[in-house]
Amino acid sequence: MIHRYTMKGIRFILDVNSGAVHVVDEAAYAVSGLLTSDMKPECPPRIYQSLSEYPRETVASAYAELYGLYLSGQLFSKDDYLEIGKYIPSGAPIKALCLHVSHDCNLRCAYCFASTGDFGTGRSIMPFEVAKQAVDFVVRRSGARKNIEIDFFGGEPLMAFDTVVKTVSYARSIEADSGKHFRFTITTNGLLLDDDKIAYINENMDNVVLSLDGRREINDNMRKTVSGEGSYDIIVPKFQKLVKQRDPKLDYYARGTFTAKNLDFADDVMSIASEGFDRLSVEPVTSDEDADYHLCPADLPAIFAEYERLTDLLLEKRRQGDKLSFFHFMIDLEQGPCVIKRLRGCGAGYEYVAVTPEGDIYPCHQFVGKEAFRQGSVRDDTLDEGIAHQFAAMNIYTRKKCRSCWAKFYCSGGCSAANFNQNGDLNAPYALGCEMEKKRLECAIYLKAAETES
Amino acid sequence: MKHIKTLTSATLKQTAAKGGCGECQTSCQSACKTSCTVANQKCENK
Repeated sequence: MIHRYTMKGIRFILDVNSGAVHVVDEAAYAVSGLLTSDMKPECPPRIYQSLSEYPRETVASAYAELYGLYLSGQLFSKDDYLEIGKYIPSGAPIKALCLHVSHDCNLRCAYCFASTGDFGTGRSIMPFEVAKQAVDFVVRRSGARKNIEIDFFGGEPLMAFDTVVKTVSYARSIEADSGKHFRFTITTNGLLLDDDKIAYINENMDNVVLSLDGRREINDNMRKTVSGEGSYDIIVPKFQKLVKQRDPKLDYYARGTFTAKNLDFADDVMSIASEGFDRLSVEPVTSDEDADYHLCPADLPAIFAEYERLTDLLLEKRRQGDKLSFFHFMIDLEQGPCVIKRLRGCGAGYEYVAVTPEGDIYPCHQFVGKEAFRQGSVRDDTLDEGIAHQFAAMNIYTRKKCRSCWAKFYCSGGCSAANFNQNGDLNAPYALGCEMEKKRLECAIYLKAAETES
Repeated sequence: MKHIKTLTSATLKQTAAKGGCGECQTSCQSACKTSCTVANQKCENK
């Protein structure tokens, strides 16, 4: 399987199963559109006939180069992974937790998928006792895995700061004896940040996600305080202080959400950059169809055009020396995840689980509150293996639409929660999300090529 | 080559032999929280 596309005058051919990416000239691009997957040494007469506007020797030499790629397994290479059981290891220890330390929030964001913080389950704070049981749970169930990831999430996790501090301290205290290494992330709206919390986060969190939607008016239209005021002027100075004091080797993201109300979201990305942030992520909203900011298929042309505009803006900034990175345009074509990882992507439900303040376990943060997906509890160390197996069994081949998709080894089957929320079926890809993902990948690869050429 | 410049060669299949250690990031959890792109994650085994 190959995927051909052009962007801003650059022509690409992706060989899906090998991961090869080729930039080609006009003649080779035209020839590649007429190829079949069983290439022969000689260029077929029908290709010469179809491309009569090109000199015969040009078509012949372009075909010869393409045939060379075919012989070396970089064009129409075979899908070796269909017998997926040979590649996916049996058993998948749980090694990552999303700790919902606070099912409460001090913002009232209009688009919140967590029902303004409590996931529809009532406002509560996770006691340290439950967090400790969750840490013990993941240590017990992580088998030989060394790296354990724990995210402090909510609601707003800084409302449970005491639990966060005690949990980090406890996990660190058992690292040596358990042979594990913990990595911590916190996602915060910033409202409760002060100098002490900033220092703590920068000292203890491997990653911090700072929620900010972009331009002041865009942010404040969605991200309001409990009293209905905009949050921008409160949070931005705190985020700036945090990033300024943070070790540049450690990760952070300024992360926003775009909706149908700001389809010119490239301006929001640039607005965040202009405030002094260089690791950026602005992502499509997940919402119900009846929301007036819901993204729908009719929005796709505008979204695609905006992603392309964003590539121009990023390229211009980078050429000026700015080190801006946009999360969904980051792609590692050489050193990325292995193909075994790419076969089933997200580990929700079997490698990664979310834990509520009450200790209940769900496949991920987006399933919290959906009772049919409740997997057990860290309080009594129970885990429904049936649900875990259901999630572990999904991959790019069980998701039938993914089988024939050129992006399958880049996105790895997408998001089970999005699939379920939109289609009621974990294996049925969320079509709108797929289209946006494919466009982002094309942009990401374009950026690689454009930067190589410049 | 005159017509083709290869940006990345066939690297994916080579990763099958040594891959699958399971130490890498397992979901969108440490980053975006809503839309996963596996290809932008890091390999822990390099």
